[in-house]
Amino acid sequence: MKRLIPLLAGMAFLLSACGRDDLSTLKPQGPVAEEQFNLMKLSISIMTLVVVVVFAICIYVLIRFRRRKGDNTIPKQVEGNHKLEIIWTVIPLILLLILGVPTINTVFGLSKDYSKDKDALQVKVTAHQYWWEFEYPEYGIVTAQELVVPTGKKVSFELASADVKHSFWIPSIGGKMDTNTGVTNRMYLEFPKEGIFRGKCAELCGPSHSLMDFKAKAVDQASFDRWVAAMKSPAVVPEDAKIKEAFESKCLSCHAVGETNSGASAPNLTGVGSRETIGGILYNDEKPIEDNLKEWITDPQSVKPGATMPSAKDVGLTDEELDGISKYLANYKIDY
Amino acid sequence: MAAHAHKVKRYRGLMDWLTTVDHKKIGILYLMAGGLFFLVGGLEAVMIRIQLIKPMNDFVGADTFNELITMHGTTMIFLAAMPLLFALMNAVIPLQIGARDVAFPFLNSLGFWTFFFGGVLLNISWFAGNVPDAGWTSYVPLAGPTYNSGHGVDYYVLGLQIAGIGTLLGGINFMATIINMRAPGMSFMRMPMFTWTIFITSALIVFAFPVLTVGLVALMFDRLFQANFFETANGGSSVLWEHVFWVFGHPEVYILILPAFGIISEVVSTFARKRLFGYSSMVFATVLIAFLGFMVWAHHMFTTGLGPVANGLFSIATMLIAVPTGVKIFNWLFTLWGGSICFTAASLFAIGFIPTFVMGGVTGVMLAVAPADYQYHDSYFVVAHFHYVIVGGLVFGIFSGLHYWWPKMFGRMLNEGLGKLTFWTFFIGFHLTFFVQHFLGLLGMPRRVWTYLPNQDFDTMNLVSTIGAFLMGVGTICFLINVVVTSAKARNAKADAWEDGRSLEWTIPSPPPEYNFKQLPLVRGYDAWWKEKMEGKSAMTPAEPPGPIHMPSPSILPFIMSVGLFIAGFGFMYDKLYLAIGGIAVTLICMFFRSVFDDHGFHIEEDEQEKGVHA
Repeated sequence: MKRLIPLLAGMAFLLSACGRDDLSTLKPQGPVAEEQFNLMKLSISIMTLVVVVVFAICIYVLIRFRRRKGDNTIPKQVEGNHKLEIIWTVIPLILLLILGVPTINTVFGLSKDYSKDKDALQVKVTAHQYWWEFEYPEYGIVTAQELVVPTGKKVSFELASADVKHSFWIPSIGGKMDTNTGVTNRMYLEFPKEGIFRGKCAELCGPSHSLMDFKAKAVDQASFDRWVAAMKSPAVVPEDAKIKEAFESKCLSCHAVGETNSGASAPNLTGVGSRETIGGILYNDEKPIEDNLKEWITDPQSVKPGATMPSAKDVGLTDEELDGISKYLANYKIDY
Repeated sequence: MAAHAHKVKRYRGLMDWLTTVDHKKIGILYLMAGGLFFLVGGLEAVMIRIQLIKPMNDFVGADTFNELITMHGTTMIFLAAMPLLFALMNAVIPLQIGARDVAFPFLNSLGFWTFFFGGVLLNISWFAGNVPDAGWTSYVPLAGPTYNSGHGVDYYVLGLQIAGIGTLLGGINFMATIINMRAPGMSFMRMPMFTWTIFITSALIVFAFPVLTVGLVALMFDRLFQANFFETANGGSSVLWEHVFWVFGHPEVYILILPAFGIISEVVSTFARKRLFGYSSMVFATVLIAFLGFMVWAHHMFTTGLGPVANGLFSIATMLIAVPTGVKIFNWLFTLWGGSICFTAASLFAIGFIPTFVMGGVTGVMLAVAPADYQYHDSYFVVAHFHYVIVGGLVFGIFSGLHYWWPKMFGRMLNEGLGKLTFWTFFIGFHLTFFVQHFLGLLGMPRRVWTYLPNQDFDTMNLVSTIGAFLMGVGTICFLINVVVTSAKARNAKADAWEDGRSLEWTIPSPPPEYNFKQLPLVRGYDAWWKEKMEGKSAMTPAEPPGPIHMPSPSILPFIMSVGLFIAGFGFMYDKLYLAIGGIAVTLICMFFRSVFDDHGFHIEEDEQEKGVHA
């Protein structure tokens, strides 16, 4: 049948690529995504069964009962059949029961609150148009765009938004949770494997919704402790006095490094040199980080339309200052 | 004949179309307006797909893209799908129940014109340069005054309020029509399935649309008069909007799909030459789906953070809808079973509907599994799902219905060859476009993204999807060519155009005279016309002697009233108080005239009844 061709084509795509390990929901990298994937597999199997039965009956009927040329007989007018009707009411109910029980189980399981758990890491996520802020209240650390978590610990998130509604989603680690305004949500995730996982915003939040990516970096406990210590150590400032002056007056009015400017309205830049990306989408392994920084600072709007950061021209950065600040930030790395 | 001596009002040409209260002509108006908006929405869809054909494409900018998706969704749901259904409702329902018109012909005309001007208002936003861009769901705060300070969302809020009046009027009208105007002998359980689904749909409209209106009014107050319904900073609630929107929005899904179920039931049984299998369970399933449809809105909000109890309950409630829907699917299959299936364009669309809709239905059940939905939600998986039910369900249903009832509406048979070409291009294009989108979602592609980075394994499937979209465009063009070609042909469709017609619309000429039935028919059972044919009769038994037929007068007032609302819409939006008051005044003055001056309509005498009747 012709209608099977796109189906087969789709299946072929599916087999040829299940997506990236760090992005696909079909390659779960943590127990939460694993549990959700199991439910997906269960529901897909049941649904495939249903689809196959319907397609089989449909194809059989269309071939067997098509009108032959010159056939003018009137088929028997059947009103219905109680036995059949009961069968196709009861079987779906049973199938739904099979699906419903684990659903309820998992709904409650995944909603466990670890916010009071001493062994869990607490992270406050605040979504902004178009970047993510991660605060570690236990350690007094704020970072942006790159969530760093230890493997082997549950991570309890408290989610909210600073402006419009966004949705926090790390597909390979677990399903999403919206960040609302006015109310906070909670969820937990686990990162048993070390690695860098891609996170996305899943709720339309403005022009750059599609570019509001972030990374979740899972490291072992020792590295995590080193990272915390480095984040808490005094901020590194530009060596050149002129660049330092420009950076402090033109960047730190919104941004922050280290303890400086704790009420910052823009991403915290501590250790920005060791992040995977600039602005969440300019990959530092595709282009040198300094170039990415320059591209971003020169005109953030051209990278992320609607971004609230002013361009270099608007804040009056000279070329020299732009080069100096980009170089400083590119080299502002932390070891962990 | 003194009692019948009211003046006969008739208009010609354009004036005839502006003033008509004839359900058949209003049906054609709905078809033209809905068709126009369908093309606009389709063009927007093609532009969306061109933008997504490759990673980091720059065919349109981020702002324009958000405008395109918002207008595509809003246009397709409110201005294309619903009016096209209203076109079929208007064209067919009075004929199927053996009535001479709807219960309130004046209201019918008012409903059309308010819808039309609401739709025009919404689309004028493209020319005003302020286009709604917060998605068809217009979630606050993104659609609120703080983060959307232009007039874009104002067009959405006002356009939909005006168009919504039209829909609500239509719902009330068809409920009243179906309850009160059935021909003698047509009890509820003898009504054709399409009439049943329209009856239930009308009830859904009457309960669901006021909720949307309330939400839109509240949002309008937030935007225009600095109210704080949804402003969290001042004590409002943004989650409230989600609830209000989906309390309307989910029943809306069933408002769209139930009529398609009705169309499929009619077409399948006609072209299989068999009585609809399990008629009473079909009726019961329809009622049950409608009832459950009001109980499941929060499944659109599983990730909003309502907590496990709400998520669990709404999961189960949503899954339950699968049961009556499954009953329908199997009833259609067993209507075909043992039948004598004739493949026409109409029946191909109906038959194509069944497996396609099943695929959309099963992904619906998958989405009902809340924890798995945390992964699917707002990803391309959802986009694939709702296009499977809305395009694969509703649009296939509309195409099927249009091919099926075209001869009844226009007196001309659509070209079968072109019709089949339409089916195959549209059907293959549809699956090509949307099947791969399930996997895009599972691989981590969120919906409503104006572009995507390379190296995420999204590229090939997006390319396939775009190619499919073009094929659907070709299908639509085939249909348009068919309409043009057909309109040049002779008006020679027979009364029982497919020869296997089962319900009352096939007992009267194609197209029917303005009074539909010269004598109201006596209905002696389900499938009234089939029953008579099987007993060797060539016409229905009349339930009344011939006589003068009372007709409603045409009126220009509905048109002027809608223009008044249209003007007032601009007044509210641009803070021009005199325009707002002036526009509302025009509408109120028309209402005053309508209330004070009685119009008793006119009669068509017996000797005039054969004039202008074809075939």
